[in-house]
Amino acid sequence: MTGDTRTDCSGVRNVIEVEDLTKVFGTITAVDHVSFEVREGEIFGFLGPNGAGKTTTARMLTGVIPMDGGSVRILGHDIRREPVRAKQRFGVVPETSNAYVDLTAWQNLMLMGDLYGLDRARAQGRSHDLLETLGLYERRDQKVQGYSKGMRQRLILAMALLHEPELLFLDEPTSGLDVQSTQMILSLLRALNADGTTIFLTTHNMEEANRLCDRVGIIRSGKIVAIDAPEKLKTAIDRVHRIEVSFDREIGGDLLSGLAGITGAARTGDKWQITAENQDTAIRSLVSFSRQEGIAILTLNTLAPSLDEVFLRLTGEERS
Amino acid sequence: MNPAGTSEQVRRAWAIAKKDIRIYYSKGPVLIFGIFMPVFLFLAFFMGGRQLPLAFLLSGLMGMTLFFTSTAVSPAIFPWEGQARTLERLAACPITTEAIVLGDMIASILFGIGVTAVTLLIALALGLPLLHGIVLGSAVLLAACCFSAIGMLLAVPPTNVPSNIMMLSSLLKFPLVFISGIFVPLEQMPAWGLLLAVCSPLTYFTDLVRYSFTGAHYFPVAVEIAMLALFTLVFTAAAMHLHRRTMPRRM
Ligand SMILES: Nc1ncnc2c1ncn2[C@@H]1O[C@H](COP(=O)(O)OP(=O)(O)OP(=O)(O)O)[C@@H](O)[C@H]1O
Ligand SMILES: [Mg+2]
Repeated sequence: MTGDTRTDCSGVRNVIEVEDLTKVFGTITAVDHVSFEVREGEIFGFLGPNGAGKTTTARMLTGVIPMDGGSVRILGHDIRREPVRAKQRFGVVPETSNAYVDLTAWQNLMLMGDLYGLDRARAQGRSHDLLETLGLYERRDQKVQGYSKGMRQRLILAMALLHEPELLFLDEPTSGLDVQSTQMILSLLRALNADGTTIFLTTHNMEEANRLCDRVGIIRSGKIVAIDAPEKLKTAIDRVHRIEVSFDREIGGDLLSGLAGITGAARTGDKWQITAENQDTAIRSLVSFSRQEGIAILTLNTLAPSLDEVFLRLTGEERS
Repeated sequence: MNPAGTSEQVRRAWAIAKKDIRIYYSKGPVLIFGIFMPVFLFLAFFMGGRQLPLAFLLSGLMGMTLFFTSTAVSPAIFPWEGQARTLERLAACPITTEAIVLGDMIASILFGIGVTAVTLLIALALGLPLLHGIVLGSAVLLAACCFSAIGMLLAVPPTNVPSNIMMLSSLLKFPLVFISGIFVPLEQMPAWGLLLAVCSPLTYFTDLVRYSFTGAHYFPVAVEIAMLALFTLVFTAAAMHLHRRTMPRRM
């Protein structure tokens, strides 16, 4: 079932192909000609401030709401023409918790098994494993009504994973959860990804995106403003790099600022804040400087802008 | 396995029906309503003490019971699920809107038939002779499908407030009962009354029940069966088509 998917020039298969995707609600263009690809095996983060259009995009990709323009191909299936075949191959964790609260966790999973056409034995085996992994097995016969938010979210993840999808959509899977539930979900996502599952994830949490995602797309007011690996985005927004260094003895600031690649040096506490045009050259000259002078370097940190700063820079400007 | 194929979708519709029965139909109040409604309707009818034969009263009672029970819960399922946000879960599953509608219909058909069986037991206990069992059986089955489709049509307006839909459906359901030859025999109706009556599927069902118990009928039996079948097809197709269009607006 893989021959129907196009590959890009580097030979990597695109699992999601979005072209000019558009959605209009009344006078608001919630998603405005958005185009991007998600490659096989990657974790793609979809970031944006509140109301940017993340959920609307995810809902169109998963065939929950119709698009007003553009096209979406999921695993080679046009989501409009072959919605059932596409849906059969991906799993979804929607933004709002929505297991059936009048059913038990087990009954919810069996319902999913039926809806995805799994035979009973496989559905039971998978449910058992997933509930164990997610720490819900003991509570499987309790109605979801009595579940905490974190337990519900873990159950919804189990429901999305029951049929072993090749692709997983998650809309803010960890928002509002405690550290334990968050870690459980994130480590499961990492394990799934290591086993080859492609993941599309929307989030507000920059730290999460930074640690988890191979590439991120940033959306603002319905338009994509950047798509790249987190580290590349960080270096791209700041042409000037900052390095923090400390030595085992006092030295003069003019010595440092005279070194190759270093444009400025300022002292804060026992450390020097170095600004550099080229990080690599600056570090090399700091190292050779300390060797020549016989000074030991105690600490050396490169201070890249955080993804938070990238995000604020990209989504904050030109805001009306 | 072709997930989009008809047989697979019908199997998934059955999963929806099982879920509906578990969640919406096996609630205490719904069951009690289901058992008591025919009993009370019957008492109200009986106490009315009008000079109408028991067989006529009973056919009207069965008609009302099947009609009200198969349209009792189904109009509210979509609004409930929209409100509880479980509909988004279903929309992301590999099941068509048509299959979801079919599943909701199956659940309401089973509920309607189950409660109507209670009425039938009352009738038999009262010593009414059942003359045409097969006609009765097929009439109940067809009418249950037809009324369930009406229930799904009532659910079409894309509101997620169940009480709105319940109010709307009561507004439409009660007039239908009055034009269907339940309170006034078709023979005694004025021409304009008959004109309205032929537009209501409930008319044909009630008349078929009367035929099953007494042998008397107003329209030819085959025509009545055919009309019920036609209404069922049209309503089902319309419900599926309209829900496919309105479902995204509930998200
Ligand atoms: N069903 C709807 N009807 C009308 N407008 C809508 C609807 N759904 C979303 N919108 C609008 O579309 C825009 C994008 O909303 P969306 O929910 O996609 O944002 P989001 O990026 O997911 O935000 P958040 O981070 O808060 O979840 C918002 O302006 C929102 O008001
Ligand atoms: Mg959102």
